[in-house]
Order: sequence, then structure tokens, then C-alpha cells
Amino acid sequence: MNPLLLILVPLAGALWAALWPDNRTRPWLLPVVGLAHVTLCGWLFIRPPEFSPDAWFAFDPLARAVLPAVSLLFFVCAIYSVFYLHIRAERNNRVFVALLLAVLGLLSAGHQSRHLGMLWITTEAITLATVPLLHFNATPRAFEATWKYLLVGGTGIALSLLGSFCLGYASLHGGGVGNLTFTALAAQGVELSRPWVLTAWVLVLVGYGTKMGLAPMHTWKPDTYGEAPGLVGALLAGAVTTVAFTAILRVRFVVAAAGQGRIADLTLLAVGLFSMLVAALFLLGTRNYKRMLAYSSVEHMGILAVAASLGGAGAAAGLFHVWSNALTKGALFMSAGNIRRAAGSASMDDVRGMMKLTPRSAALFVTGLFAITACPPFSPFFSELLVLRAALAAHHWAATAIFLICLLLVFFGMTRVVFGVVDGRPRPGTVANSRRFVETAGVIAPPLLLLGLSLWIGLFTPPLLRDAWSAAVAQLFPAP
Amino acid sequence: MNGTVNLVIGLAMGLNLLALGSSRLPTLIRAMSLQGVVLGVMPLLIEHERLNWQILAVAVATMAGKGVLIPSLLQRAMRAANIDREMEPFIGFVPSLLLGAGGTIGAVALAQELPLLPEHAGSLLVPGAMASMLTGFILLIGRAKAISQVCGYLILENGIYLFGLLLIHSTPLLVESGILLDLTVGVFVIGIIVDRIQRAFDSLDTRKLTTLHE
Repeated sequence: MNPLLLILVPLAGALWAALWPDNRTRPWLLPVVGLAHVTLCGWLFIRPPEFSPDAWFAFDPLARAVLPAVSLLFFVCAIYSVFYLHIRAERNNRVFVALLLAVLGLLSAGHQSRHLGMLWITTEAITLATVPLLHFNATPRAFEATWKYLLVGGTGIALSLLGSFCLGYASLHGGGVGNLTFTALAAQGVELSRPWVLTAWVLVLVGYGTKMGLAPMHTWKPDTYGEAPGLVGALLAGAVTTVAFTAILRVRFVVAAAGQGRIADLTLLAVGLFSMLVAALFLLGTRNYKRMLAYSSVEHMGILAVAASLGGAGAAAGLFHVWSNALTKGALFMSAGNIRRAAGSASMDDVRGMMKLTPRSAALFVTGLFAITACPPFSPFFSELLVLRAALAAHHWAATAIFLICLLLVFFGMTRVVFGVVDGRPRPGTVANSRRFVETAGVIAPPLLLLGLSLWIGLFTPPLLRDAWSAAVAQLFPAP
Repeated sequence: MNGTVNLVIGLAMGLNLLALGSSRLPTLIRAMSLQGVVLGVMPLLIEHERLNWQILAVAVATMAGKGVLIPSLLQRAMRAANIDREMEPFIGFVPSLLLGAGGTIGAVALAQELPLLPEHAGSLLVPGAMASMLTGFILLIGRAKAISQVCGYLILENGIYLFGLLLIHSTPLLVESGILLDLTVGVFVIGIIVDRIQRAFDSLDTRKLTTLHE
């Protein structure tokens, strides 16, 4: 089985969607291609293919450890989108459907990129392909959010290009012959020019960190997640950020091979804790429940950065957390999207009593809240526990304390908003608006499914999945 | 050969200062497009001993994209928006110029200290890249109109492109063309969003984009 199919099938699907004439039936292409992708991905997961170390794209252990999560999340979002686009039948969905499928293909390419240049090209292409998805609602607010996404994201991605050039120059300076695959770069080891490697690391961390949404480069996130359709938010928070995270992991691997692993880990730890702190403080103040999800995403990206800084055990916990975050956040974005559609506003000043108007979505939203704030027995509890154990094992006492305090503040901040929205008596305006929204099985089953998966992975983590994470860690943290 | 390359980069650095000091939008767009053409010539000058059709294609694509396509897109947006041609700066023109000039001198000084390969040591490539990036950032932060911010973003990209020329021998051309394609499409997407913002807000003043906040 050729892993390039994971890239080519969705891209072909995108072309198919662009040519499909009927607006009503076109969204069904999403679950069809999504199912094909999940099947392919599952097949490759169980029987990982051989690959050459010089390959530009390959289903390597790191891709195997995270790409199935992206594929699953996309498939569930695709089912949801059929019903979402049915509600929004008045809008032409040609561009929306085609670009969603293109994003899936590019995400597969990004996760499988083993070449510095190709990784940048695919990440930039993902950024550009998501732009029209953000302003699907075509409101002035959506265009404002898109503008900020483009300008902040564009500058970030430009800096990561500069960082990639610096890493390339470090290789050239150390006598490299222009092979920019991560394997070849790491093989140069300490011959890589130290000043250029460090410059490259800072620029890459800022650049891909912007894409991930690490503070203080997270400013596009609340605006974008606040205005984009729920399922687009789910994909951005669970899948697009993951590409940036694996990019940082791959570059860290080269930086560590050059003997600068300690500096890389310290910066990752600092940026990660700072992101958690910023997210926690903003969560105590925000009054918009979609922006709340954005800050929660900043927090979880911070957790990933902290995990990546803690060596092999931490990175394994981080890969686990990629799954926890993708599945749980997906459920939250979809249930919040339902509530937003029924209530007509995303501000807790206008919305309350949604437990009475949309009881199923509200119940999912509350369950998702407990899951994402690491209440057992959902998977974020277990993955964050593993991160904490790795932090304690590395004797990072202060970092552990900050980590725990941030989790507590986040819990306060998020419960304040969520219960403000679901509790109480609904306003008359909200009641009238909510009559136009029916909680069909199509918009309830997908988030329920994701929460179920989150529960399953937390309680009964399949041994095969654990093996995949260990294999990825072995790839990224080779024994000295 | 190095002399010609340095002369051309010097020209690009001069255009940076023109972009910083101009108070009128059309001048800014012209400075940026001229810089794009100048950059397009660069691969031909650097690789003049090893010219092949691929390098020629990259050069022509850069010149067409950065020199013609994107500027005309911006000019169309400017006319469609019917905005006044004066730019409203957050950072005044004289301070921007001083910052830019100081930054250029600093970039030349800093490049002396950087560990460069012997063949790049006497070249203005690295200082030129740093000066253009700084200019881009000043324009991005210091101007209110969406179009001038786009110009700033492009000049920032030009700086990164200059830096990328250090690697022209060693990166496969497929990668380079991919990067170039992405950048061009990126600006195209920005152009479309500028157009939509103009329709939605009836203005291209980014100071009006303040609905979204805590």
C-alpha cells in the first residue's frame, strides 16, 4: 500500500467536489472520502510500510503515531458537515467542500513530510486552503477574523521559512551537500554550524509556534475560532495545529542531534508554561464561549510544548495528548456550534438556559468541558497525568507547580462560562431563535462519538497505539 | 560578478528606503514591484555560469509574480476602493526612514560578525535580506491601510527570498518553485480578502477592524 494515497485520494476528492454540479448532494463526498482515508490510514497503521530514509514523504513512526487521530477527527467532522451544510442549504458549498478535502490531503502530506522544504510548503498550503473556510459565514466579523489570521499567520509562516533557510545554511556551513531531509540533517550532527542552528530554532519555534497558537503568538486564535463554523474550528484545533507540533518535534530532533537539545527543551518548556498561563488568565475573563474554546486550545498547545520538552517519556505523553486533544476538542467545537446556531449569539451575556432549549448539545458541551479540563475517566486526564509524571521524574518542581495551578485556573474559567450558558432561564429572543434549530441525530451523534472515543482511549488505550507512540519516540529521541 | 550582485542588492535596499519614506500609496506599490523585478534578476546573476531552463523559469516567474501580477492586483484594489492615496502612518515617515536607515547600517555591521561561508562573506545578500525584513516589519506595524500592510508583508517576503538565495546551489529546484508558488498564491489570497473587506466594511482602513476583542 502506497502511503502517498493518503495525500492523493483526498486531493482527487477535492477536484471531484469542485466539479460536482449539485449543491445538495455535494457534501456527501466528505464522509465518502473521509471513510476511504480512515480505512487507508487504519490499514497503514496496522501494517506500517517500509520507507527509505531519504524519502521526502513517508508514513514514518511519527506520522503513524498522529495521522490516524487526524483522519478519525476529519471523518467525524465530515459526517457532521453533511448535516451542518444541510441546515445552511442557502449557501453555495462548492468551495467549502472542495477545500475541506484539499486540507485533508495537505494535512496527510504535512504529517508525512520528512523534508524541511516540503514541510514548509505543505504547512503554508494548509494555511492558505483554510482561509476560505473561515469566512464561510461571510459576515464582516468573519472577514475581520480572516484578515487577522492571514496577517499574523502569514508573518509566522514567513518566519518559519526564514528559520528553515537558516537550518539549511547551518547544514551548508557544516559541509552539507544540500540534502534537506531531517535524517540527513541530523546525521550531520555537531558539524551543523551552532549559531545558525540556534537562530533557526528560535525562528522555527516562533514560526510554527504561531501556527500552533502558542502564546504570545496566539492572537489570531480567539478571533478565528470565534467566527469560523464549529467544524472548521474542530479541524483547526485538532488537526492543523498538530502539523505544526510535529514540525517542531522534527526540527527539535535535528537541533538535539547538533548538540543543542538542552536549549531547545528549555525554550519549549518556557513557551509552553507561558502559553498555559496566558490561556488560564484569559479564560477567567472571556465572556464568549467560542473564544473560550480558542483559549482552551492555547492551553493544550502549551501542554504539548511542555510535554515535548521533557524527553522521551514526556514526548510519548505528548503524542497521547495529541489524540486526547483532537477527539475531545472536536466534540466541544461541534456542541458549541449547535448551541451557537440555536442561540444566535456566542456571548454569555445574551445566552443562558440552553439546557432547556438544546438539552442534548448542552449535555455534550458540559461533558466535553469535564473531559477537556482533565476530569477522569476521559483521555485528557490520563495524558496530562503522564506529562506530569514525566515532569516530576525530571525534577521540574516549579514547572509542575505552575502546570497544576494553570489547570486549576482553566477549570474555574471554563466552568464559569459553560454553566453560565447552559444554566438558568433562557431569554425570550433566544427561545424564538432556537425554534429554527432541531437537534437531529446528525448533529448530535458526531460529537457523542468523539467523546466516546476519548473515553475509550483514556480507559482502554489499545496496546497497538502505545506501541506506535513508543516507536515515534524512538525515532525522535534516538538512544545516544 | 559579486560586484554586480552587490550593486543590484544595493538598489533593492534603496527601494526599501523609498518605500518607507513615501507618503503616497502608488509610490509604495511601485517601489515594491520594482524590488520584485530586481529580485527576479538575482538568480540569473548568481548562477550565470550554470544557467539552465529551470533557473530561467524561477527568474521569470518571480519577475512576473512580484513585479507585475501582484502590484497590478493591488493597484486594482486601490482603484476599486477609491481610497485617498495618502497613507496614514502610525509611525511617521521620518521616524520610519530613520529606523530603516539605522537598521540598514546595523544589518551591514551585524553581517560582518555572522559566521558566513567564505564565498558569501563579501556579499550584501545577508545585510540586504535583514534590511528588507526590517522594512517589511516597519510597514506592517506602522501603516493603517490594508494595502500598505500587504506591501509590507511582500517586502518582508522579499527579504526572506534574498536570504534563500544563499542556498540556491543546494536546494532542489522543485522545493524552490514550491515555495515561490505558495508565496504567490498567498498574496493572491490576501488580495481577495482585501477585496472582500473593502466590500464588507466599505473601507480599507484596518483601524475599523476592531469588532473582535475581549
